[in-house]
Amino acid sequence: MIEVRDIQKKFGDTTVLKGITTSFRQGVTSLIIGESGAGKTVFLKSLVGLHGIDQGEIFYDDRQLGKMNEDEQKALRTEMGMVFQGNALFDSLNIEENVIFALNMFSEMSAAEKKERADFCLERVNLKGVNNRKPAELSGGMKKRVAIARAIALNPKYLFCDEPNSGLDPRTAILIDNLLQEITHEFNITTVINTHDMNSVVEIGEHIIFIKDGAKAWEGGGEEILHTDNKAVTDFVFSSELFRKIREKS
Amino acid sequence: MQNYFYFSDMFLITWIRTLGRYWLMLSRTFRKPENWNEYKKAFFRDLDHLGVDSLGIVAVISIFVGAVVTIQTNYNLQDPLIPDYYVALAVRESIILEFSPTIVSLILAGKVGSNIASTLGSMRVSEQIDALEVMGVNPHAYLIMPKVVALVLFNPILIIISMFLGVIGGYLAAYFGIFSTQDFITGLQLEFNAYYVSYALIKTVVFAFLITSISAFYGFFVKGGAIEVGVNATKAVVSSSVAIIVANYVLTQILLV
Ligand SMILES: Nc1ncnc2c1ncn2[C@@H]1O[C@H](COP(=O)(O)OP(=O)(O)OP(=O)(O)O)[C@@H](O)[C@H]1O
Ligand SMILES: [Mg+2]
Repeated sequence: MIEVRDIQKKFGDTTVLKGITTSFRQGVTSLIIGESGAGKTVFLKSLVGLHGIDQGEIFYDDRQLGKMNEDEQKALRTEMGMVFQGNALFDSLNIEENVIFALNMFSEMSAAEKKERADFCLERVNLKGVNNRKPAELSGGMKKRVAIARAIALNPKYLFCDEPNSGLDPRTAILIDNLLQEITHEFNITTVINTHDMNSVVEIGEHIIFIKDGAKAWEGGGEEILHTDNKAVTDFVFSSELFRKIREKS
Repeated sequence: MQNYFYFSDMFLITWIRTLGRYWLMLSRTFRKPENWNEYKKAFFRDLDHLGVDSLGIVAVISIFVGAVVTIQTNYNLQDPLIPDYYVALAVRESIILEFSPTIVSLILAGKVGSNIASTLGSMRVSEQIDALEVMGVNPHAYLIMPKVVALVLFNPILIIISMFLGVIGGYLAAYFGIFSTQDFITGLQLEFNAYYVSYALIKTVVFAFLITSISAFYGFFVKGGAIEVGVNATKAVVSSSVAIIVANYVLTQILLV
């Protein structure tokens, strides 16, 4: 469980996060949705401590971020997996080395076990036979999938994904969505996903937070979002013809 | 007048702030590795492409500059009262004292410094440094320490090689015409002061530390994109070169006077 209390983040004079309060439960896929520029990425980075916040508190199962010493913070971070919006793969390493990077650093596994784990993770994101290639030799969507494989390699307790399925074809996008939901349930992970893909919202959204201009404008379950009367949400969700039709039918 | 003071105030404050951030970076860099094995791997990678890869350029430059220094010294010492072998002595001293440690370090500041700054800079802008941080790896230590250690250990070797090759360059210049190689050999062995070599190696170690840490500093804290990476790589080379020149003066005051 991650608890967020009234966090604010400023860059210079502009306030990007304007006091967001919410919590993310274990074993649930939480989705952060909102327009481009709403502050989703800044929120996620503040959540993991990459951005220092200007106000508010963040708790990881009663451990307060920002009140920990360096070792405690490092220990907490070995329990995190993160997929960055721009992948952030290590481009000097090949795909397999990327996936097992954290295993090399923090686990006692043998080389064979690590290889097996890498193959397993890559297979789950539907990637095979690319172990020895460099990130630069992969397509955008493949890189995204490697980033997901890297994030789940160490069996994280907390998983953060910034637009994990943007740039993927619809089939792979759904595959990734389902994978994220599957492992969230299977390993009881606290999962937070940024997205502006309405498909994901319908497919895997169990808990949804809608951010508008840096503030939480709506929060609720996956079913509720299709029936809410909140204008900001309906404007966002039903900007697509398809979803408007779905709403009319239901 | 007021404007001038304002400007110098701003300059001083910026400078002190930069220095403060540099120290902060160093204090986060020299920490216990999360995993010695992984750091060792990084060390050998850096040793290979920052150190060993510089052998070629250092060799070429050393031989040619050694030859040129010999020709010039010979040209300037065309005095019947000064025996020819003094040329070799003068060449030896200038190579050991100044050319190999300082000039070669300046060249490495260009080659290695821009490499470090642009590598770290592009890792920063593509969020690879953030990715390390989220994994619980100390990116300062993992990315900077192996580079600093690799060059601090390897540059003295590089400089000793450069000294040898510089002298060989001088010998070749003598051989190809200006005076007897016999005299050159005699001069080389005259009044040899081993302390000069220690002095040169101390300088080299300090310079290696300055090059790697300053360039890492400029790369690590890039904000922006590809253009800023380029700008900072240039700043890294300029700043580490200036640092070398100033440190050279200070160390020479301390060690030789
Ligand atoms: N490092 C930064 N410095 C200054 N402003 C920033 C910084 N990072 C983000 N911002 C600003 O914060 C706002 C929110 O950005 P953010 O990246 O969180 O948007 P987002 O919701 O993730 O959008 P997208 O869906 O396009 O990824 C933007 O207006 C952006 O300009
Ligand atoms: Mg974003």
